[in-house]
Amino acid sequence: MRYFARKIGFFVLTLWAVVTLNFLIPRLQPGDPAELMVQNLAGKNAQLNRAQVEAMRDLLGAPSGSLFSQYWSYLGQLAHGDLGISYTYFPYTVAEVIGKAFWWTVILVGAVQLLSFAIGILLGAFAAWRRNSRFDTSVTVISTFVGTLQPFWIALLLIYGLGYGLGWFPTAGGYEASTPGFNGAFLYDALSHAFLPALTLMIVTPIGWILGMRNTMIMNLGEDYIRLARAKGLPDRMIALRYAARNALLPSVAGFALALGGILGGTILVESVFDYPGLGRLMGEAVGIKDYPLLQGLMLLTAVATLVANLIADLLYGVLDPRARRAAA
Amino acid sequence: MSTVATETVTAPAVADRWYRVVWSSKKARVGIVVVAIYTLVALLAPVIAPYGPTDGSFTPLTGPSAQHLLGTNVAGVDVFSQVIYGSRVSLIVGLLGGLLATAIALVIGMVSGYAEGTFVDDVLTFLTNTALVIPVLPLIITLVAYSDTRGIPLIVGVIAFTSWAGAARSKRAQIITLRNRDFVTAAKFSGDGTFRIIFSEILPNMTSLVAAAFVGAATGAIGAEAGLAVLGLGSSDSVSWGTILYQADAAGAISQGLFVWVFVPGLVLAILITSMAFIIFGIDLLSNPHLRED
Repeated sequence: MRYFARKIGFFVLTLWAVVTLNFLIPRLQPGDPAELMVQNLAGKNAQLNRAQVEAMRDLLGAPSGSLFSQYWSYLGQLAHGDLGISYTYFPYTVAEVIGKAFWWTVILVGAVQLLSFAIGILLGAFAAWRRNSRFDTSVTVISTFVGTLQPFWIALLLIYGLGYGLGWFPTAGGYEASTPGFNGAFLYDALSHAFLPALTLMIVTPIGWILGMRNTMIMNLGEDYIRLARAKGLPDRMIALRYAARNALLPSVAGFALALGGILGGTILVESVFDYPGLGRLMGEAVGIKDYPLLQGLMLLTAVATLVANLIADLLYGVLDPRARRAAA
Repeated sequence: MSTVATETVTAPAVADRWYRVVWSSKKARVGIVVVAIYTLVALLAPVIAPYGPTDGSFTPLTGPSAQHLLGTNVAGVDVFSQVIYGSRVSLIVGLLGGLLATAIALVIGMVSGYAEGTFVDDVLTFLTNTALVIPVLPLIITLVAYSDTRGIPLIVGVIAFTSWAGAARSKRAQIITLRNRDFVTAAKFSGDGTFRIIFSEILPNMTSLVAAAFVGAATGAIGAEAGLAVLGLGSSDSVSWGTILYQADAAGAISQGLFVWVFVPGLVLAILITSMAFIIFGIDLLSNPHLRED
């Protein structure tokens, strides 16, 4: 029980740290968002109109009062799911803008993460089982090399090859001809648009799992219980899958959440390259047009999503591995 | 007699000199040579590049030709010259970002590991674990996006500030295995202060681990800079490979068939990062003699 209490305690503390960091970042920066927005509307060299800036500040609900009272009202707003108003999609709120992009990314990243996990675990386990075979060497060498490639570059190459060169897949956007909704035409349209972004991520993300799984599995294969299993005359298949691979899975489960943070980072660049209507492109867009409330909202959402995933992985780990529970007690 | 004795004692030590061990790995040799070539190119950029990196006096958006090996961009700048000068940004960001991130990781990891189990360790470990779970790239992007003028120091600082956590965690684990050795106890009894023990007694025993961590951090910094620049958040006063890709993407290079414009900057980046990974293989031979080839 102590294990779970500690993990939940860590989650609450990190959540607080992330929320506070998100509050502090814009306040540590020079410049006034309201001033900036009026300047953008009026043109670069126009004289700033004080009254307009004041009006904009009220409109945006921009902070006033002491830092402490700002922090207090910020926490209150967050509790109500209020992330402020987007500069660019005005009058839509940040929460509404994010809500529109949310599912595009969740489905893309979710599918990629699960598939990469499965593929990576299988390849890694098999490479370790047939250690130093031709299969093992090629998997290790290819993974090490592909792991050094930048996702956005792979994205550009895929657009060139499979998009423009062969014309097999659409190269930008999330859908075009159909109306969003639950119908066959739209699903086909969305899937064909999601294919290249997903393929890009699928080339990069399994690598960590492959190499990690291979290493832990090789370590486990040297353990006494494997020797015992062999001495008992158990079939190879059973030793590989039920004994070695099953135990080697544990560190991968723990790494699942941390990898999610990495994928979300890669998604920003990949979605931007493909103009895919998800959270990543939204973030790239918010950077380009200095939509700070939107940027902050996205940062917070990404961080909280990773923290929640991390908590789930930690709790799951505690259930799966009794040693972890005992070590903390 | 005594000279003979010293010779027999020092002979094996000479054979195990660190540069020989690293050089003995084929991968590390390739890595070191490639990084050396990149460094030369960066230093000699004005000599090698046919034109200036901002010289926009050519016909915009032309394909590869004898005058412009990689064509020209929207502003009429020679892309090949941009790629040559771009090596400077990547190497300097890698060097400085790697140094700074490693320094932060060392201080936090070593102090926390040496003080294992105390309040100081709890606080530093919490800091490290928090920094580890916050997704790095979104945080870097948010921090950098607030600045209108972005110099290399800002980019280096933000990258280092956000990416030390993994290394700090492994440094903490490594010092825990070292801190109860006899030489540390001896230093304690001779009255050395904590910082002196950590940084001048224990640290020299971890040189190869620190070197590997530095190359790893430098690789990460180079990748992060490229990612920022691809989003248009690169340094505002110099051109990096990521900036070239950003410009190429914005100009629709691919739909116009200007393939090399996109291909080459990403390729030189990938080669640099692969070479640095190769160097880490070589350094790992120092800390783990089992890996050495005969």
